[in-house]
Order: sequence, then structure tokens, then C-alpha cells
Amino acid sequence: MHELSIVQSIVQIVTAEATAANSRQVDEVELDIGTMSGVELSAFHFAWSQAVKNTVMADAKPIINSIEGKAKCMMCDTTFLLDHYATPCPNCGSHFIDIQQGKELRVKAISVR
Amino acid sequence: MCTTCGCDAGASITYHAIDPAQQAAPHEHTHDHHHEHHHEHHHHDHPHEHGHHHHHHGDHAHSHHHEHAHDHSHTHSIQLEIDVLQHNNKLAERNRGYFEAKQILAINLVSSPGSGKTTLLEKTLVRLKDSMPCTVIEGDQQTMQDANRIAATGAKVVQINTGKGCHLDADMVNNALKQLKPADNSIVFIENVGNLVCPAMFDLGEQTRVVIASVTEGVDKPLKYPDMFHSAQLCIINKTDLLPYVPFDVAAFKANALKVNHHLQFIELSAYKEEGLEAWQEWLHNQLHVHHVHHH
Repeated sequence: MHELSIVQSIVQIVTAEATAANSRQVDEVELDIGTMSGVELSAFHFAWSQAVKNTVMADAKPIINSIEGKAKCMMCDTTFLLDHYATPCPNCGSHFIDIQQGKELRVKAISVR
Repeated sequence: MCTTCGCDAGASITYHAIDPAQQAAPHEHTHDHHHEHHHEHHHHDHPHEHGHHHHHHGDHAHSHHHEHAHDHSHTHSIQLEIDVLQHNNKLAERNRGYFEAKQILAINLVSSPGSGKTTLLEKTLVRLKDSMPCTVIEGDQQTMQDANRIAATGAKVVQINTGKGCHLDADMVNNALKQLKPADNSIVFIENVGNLVCPAMFDLGEQTRVVIASVTEGVDKPLKYPDMFHSAQLCIINKTDLLPYVPFDVAAFKANALKVNHHLQFIELSAYKEEGLEAWQEWLHNQLHVHHVHHH
């Protein structure tokens, strides 16, 4: 359940930014979460419901931009989508791939009042 | 839980140091300095400063308080683009800088529970005893069991009990290092909490990550827990002495692991029977060389 740590980090970041902006309430938290970031979304939502209690995020809605995994084959240069490290290149079948996208875990923006 | 989050408010993280060199009987009293890290910031005992008349002129007491009572409903958006793990990653880089400056090889040992991390460490520490100074950071949710086993080999160890926490983070390692005080040109082994999922995400500042699997596990482990195998540089396949009794296909396991991480290296050994440890020692020596750690 490292998702709890993740959500707690988000609470820390958002609380600091909301405080700096003299806001007392956060309505929305927009997040970029890659499909290969290691975050299990059901665990994430459960952790969220627990971790936001008594914070500026108590009523905040998470808006999650799911970012699909993308890799480039180092053998044949094919760029392709994937959601697992073990996915081979669809063109040549190689596992020599370079992950280029999908590991994101970012607080993109917050909506405050 | 991790100090960046402090999720379980009740159970705090505790640190216990055992230095066999300082203690005749390390098992007897484990120095429970609980180091709850109430760092008492802001002590500022400036007794003289207070006489200084703080220039409170201007009788208008700045009473524009901007209550904004008129309209609380208008919301606005703030663009952030902040990495959620940035706090941990910054601390990890500090640890890495510390290791680099002191020419320390720091190794993060990760695995599922029961794969033999502590046994491998015990055997390794005994073997390296005369050639390489080693210290250990032990991560477990509860108990001093592993720290006591490590201390019995003569190595200095700091046990981190994470309470409900499922992984070590860079802040815990930073705190542990302050107690451990590892020597220049030495190895720091960090035994992570037994868990193939959570520790994968948390950089501790180590130079290299070693994942340990044992032949009593399934050959599909690397596919089921890709993050851990993807983030490791070396995979140790432990308990090879049990191969005649279990249906573990070493080649299939390696093929699965290489699908997830094509850089991954492998060493097969039995820590318990002390078979194959030479290859592991050779790998360690090579790492010392790569990271400019001087050794005999």
C-alpha cells in the first residue's frame, strides 16, 4: 500500500501550494499518472479517502489524467504503446526497449478558492 | 509509515543502533534510543536580542485584513507540475552525494519476505570481515531480530522499524546514516522491508539495487512484479540447493526477468549452504571498482 505514501505526498505538496496562495479549500487536484508508474488506482482512491480528512483537500476531487505507456524499440526504432515492461516490440519482437512515457506521477494543477 | 507521510499516526518509526565494537554483548541491551526526531527546532536562545525595541512605530496597526467575506466561491487554477516523489528523490540525491563523497558503496537489497536477504547478508559480512568495512541498515516493520543476527557477525547495524510502513524511504535512510556513521571506503548494505511492490518506487540514494528471488518462488515473479525487477541491476537467485526438490526453471525465470529488464545480471547461489558466493563477492568487488571505493 505505497499508494498511501503517494497520497500523503500529494497532500503535502497541495497543502503547501494552497497555503502559499492563501487558499483554504482545494476543489480539484489534477494529476498525471502514468499507467506504468506503479500506482494501483483502486488502492489510490481508497488511500485518498483516508488521507485527505482534515486537510485543505477534504472536499477536493482528484482528476486523473492517465498517461499511457510508450516505448521505442532499440533494435528497429519502432515506437509503440505498452502497459507492461515485458511487452515486446510489435514489429520485431525484441525486448530491448526504451520506456519513454508512462511512468509519470505529477501534481499538474490545483483548483483553489 | 514513511516519514514523508506519517500515515499511521500511532506507530512511529524507531531507530536502534547496535555497534558490536562498542558493546561486549550486543544482545543484552539494545540501546533503545527511540529517536523520535522531535528535533526541537527554533530554540534560538538569543537572550540579548530581546532588548532591542522592535521599532513598533506606526500606530495604524495595519488592519487591512482582507477578509474576502464578499465572495468565497470564485475558484482559480494553479499550475504546478510537481513530481509527487520529488521530496523523496531530493533526499535520495543527498544520500547519494554523501555516499559519493565518502566513497561508500551503498546497496539496496530488495525481495519478497523469506527469500533469504538476511542469511545472504550474514554470510557476506563474515566473508568480507577482514577485507572490507561493512555496516548495515535493516528495515523491518517490527522486531530487532534481523539487527541482532547482523550484529552477531560483528558488523555495526541500525535497525529501522517502520511500524506499519511497507518500505524504506530516503528520509529514514538519512536518519539511520546519522547513527550508523559509516567509514570512508566501506560498504553500506540496506536491507529493505520484505515486499516486492512498494520499495520499488522509493530511491534511497543507493548506487545499486539488488533483487533477491528464491527457487521456491514462481518463475513468473518478474512478470508479476515488473517494477522491482525493472529497477534492479542484479538479480540473485537464492536457495539453489533446493533446485532438485522444486519445479523451478532457472532459464524460464531469467527469460521472464530479461523481458522486464534487459540490463539485469544474475547470480545463482545458496546463501544457506554457502554455494556460489564467490560470484557474488566478485560482483561486489567489481562494484567497488566502478564506484571508486578503495579496498584491499
